[in-house]
Amino acid sequence: MSSIADPVAGTSRSDAKASNAKAAAASSAPAIAFPVAGERELRLDLFRGMALWLIFIDHLPTNILTWFTIRNYGFSDATEIFIFISGYTAAFVYGRAMLEAGFVVATARIMRRVWQIYVAHVFLFTIFLAEISYVATRFENPLYSEEMGIMDFLKQPDVTIVQALLLRFRPVNMDVLPLYIVLMLFLPIILWLMKWRPDVSLGLSVLLYALTWHFDWYLTAYPSGFWIFNPFCWQLLFVFGAWCALGGAQRMSRILSSPVTLWICIIYLVAAFFVTLTWHIPQLSFLMPKRIEQWMYPITKTDLDVLRFAHFLALAALTVRFLPKDWSGLKSRWLRPLILCGQHSLEIFCLGVFLAFAGHFVLAEVGGGALTHALISLAGILIMWGMAWVISWYKHSADKGASKTKSRAINADMAGGSA
Amino acid sequence: MRPGSGTVLVLTLLAGLAAAGLARAQDAAPQACEVPPYLLSTESTLPKVAEAVKNARPLTVLVVGSRSSTILSSENSAYPARLQAALREKLPSTPINLSVELQTGKTAEEVDAGLVKLVEAKRPTLVIWQTGTVDAMRSIDPDDFRGAVDEGVAALQNAGADVVLVNLQYSPRTETMISAPPYLDNMRVVAQQHSVPLFDRFAIMRHWNDAGDFDLFSTFHGTDMAKRVHACLGRALSKFVLDAARLDQAQQN
Repeated sequence: MSSIADPVAGTSRSDAKASNAKAAAASSAPAIAFPVAGERELRLDLFRGMALWLIFIDHLPTNILTWFTIRNYGFSDATEIFIFISGYTAAFVYGRAMLEAGFVVATARIMRRVWQIYVAHVFLFTIFLAEISYVATRFENPLYSEEMGIMDFLKQPDVTIVQALLLRFRPVNMDVLPLYIVLMLFLPIILWLMKWRPDVSLGLSVLLYALTWHFDWYLTAYPSGFWIFNPFCWQLLFVFGAWCALGGAQRMSRILSSPVTLWICIIYLVAAFFVTLTWHIPQLSFLMPKRIEQWMYPITKTDLDVLRFAHFLALAALTVRFLPKDWSGLKSRWLRPLILCGQHSLEIFCLGVFLAFAGHFVLAEVGGGALTHALISLAGILIMWGMAWVISWYKHSADKGASKTKSRAINADMAGGSA
Repeated sequence: MRPGSGTVLVLTLLAGLAAAGLARAQDAAPQACEVPPYLLSTESTLPKVAEAVKNARPLTVLVVGSRSSTILSSENSAYPARLQAALREKLPSTPINLSVELQTGKTAEEVDAGLVKLVEAKRPTLVIWQTGTVDAMRSIDPDDFRGAVDEGVAALQNAGADVVLVNLQYSPRTETMISAPPYLDNMRVVAQQHSVPLFDRFAIMRHWNDAGDFDLFSTFHGTDMAKRVHACLGRALSKFVLDAARLDQAQQN
């Protein structure tokens, strides 16, 4: 697993500071400002870990634990958190690399990361193929003769597998990694622009988002259809994350601490909660004004609806306000499993997708009621935690002897700088 | 425990077992498959159906659907036939003509093309349009799908028919392969915009699965289970149609 580790900024704190200062002096434009390197930003790890758990639970069939996922209480869900934090940490780690080692080296490192994610995706696809080939040969229920037609692609593996390698054929639940790959591919350009003018870059990102909505741009998929997560839209969250990491968050701190923002966020979140309530309790839907319904629906996930984005912003604003960076709970052992998972996000994400497949499989083969459902979800989370623990053990203990000569490696998964 | 109570206990158990055995034997007959009322209630109405029934004119129903609207090699057990039987039973004085037009493997947009022609040929009072499955399997752009359903419903209404939309089946086995939610959402939107009743087949089947009426996960069942599910669907759909036409009260009065 340590091969996935991506050594990026192998410099000590003072070096980083020095080069930061140098860069700031070199460019007259308002240079991007890194948060002072020091304590890890554990909040990022915490929430990314949480997003990974929630994504896993959402990928399983509905069960009791599903009620703990945020998508039931508002418009946005764990995907937003995951992409935002990915943008934040990637910009943080590779942005520093770009300042210290230059554009070419940073790009090279980013491309290595892209390759790792790609390999992970192909690995997951193989497992998926194994699962459904098994199901296809075993499953015969006339009730679903139409739905089983989805297996027809197995009849021409030559085309299907090539399309999968081109990221155009993606089974359900395997859409996040291709999105992540595309976003990372463009990270060098994003960072380069950010280095020049962060606000202009964010503006360009918003412009691309708006144009995509206006002209209905999308990427096609195989055998037909489109990418479930439209990269032209979802880049907004990624770039916004990067913008926050490179000083935007600090500059926004005055807005974030104003009571007006607080109340807008609370009102919006409560309103969103009531709207989602009408989904779960259809008896309440008569309370919704028809005019609003017609304006609001559908709230598309593919194109990252503005309502979803705003919902994420409101959640993030409240989180930043009420959960200070130095909150002692972040060090408590109860949150340790979440933070550990968040620190190894690529591995744990892939494991989560695999476990979701496996969970489906167990439910299908063994059957079982609500209790089995809940147990499978819980077991999956325990396995994710265990794996995160093993990976971190490898990094801190097993690999220590081998890399004594090198300075400590930092991986793109690791947020918030290190000392 | 006194000996007497023990005997009573044993007898009760035996009676229970016997009852269970009887229940099993009657499985082929209509089984529980209750549908909670909120899944069958709708604000939208079917004025043309109501009018036809009240004036004792024949009720012509056209079911347009894909392969999940039938059971291969036993069409008479599929939900359209069950719907017809249930309607005949509940509206004894109204002649019911029901026909099924299967549009196998066609997306909503492809069905659109022939829809008006079908309606002109059959002049139905009510068109039941089951769609979404093929679009979901081919992952058609949900916006395009919505546009197609929207157009189709408008065309049917212009041609003078009442419309009921039927959405996808709940199919837990293929959940990792077919993404239903965008298509379910968009059908709900179109139904709302045109004030057309939406028969939420997906939610109803999921309810049956969760409540234990049917194990929809199970692999091996022959056509037996398909027939039972369709019988339940047909019955629920007949209730839904009569409810949307506000005919239940009319019959009682």
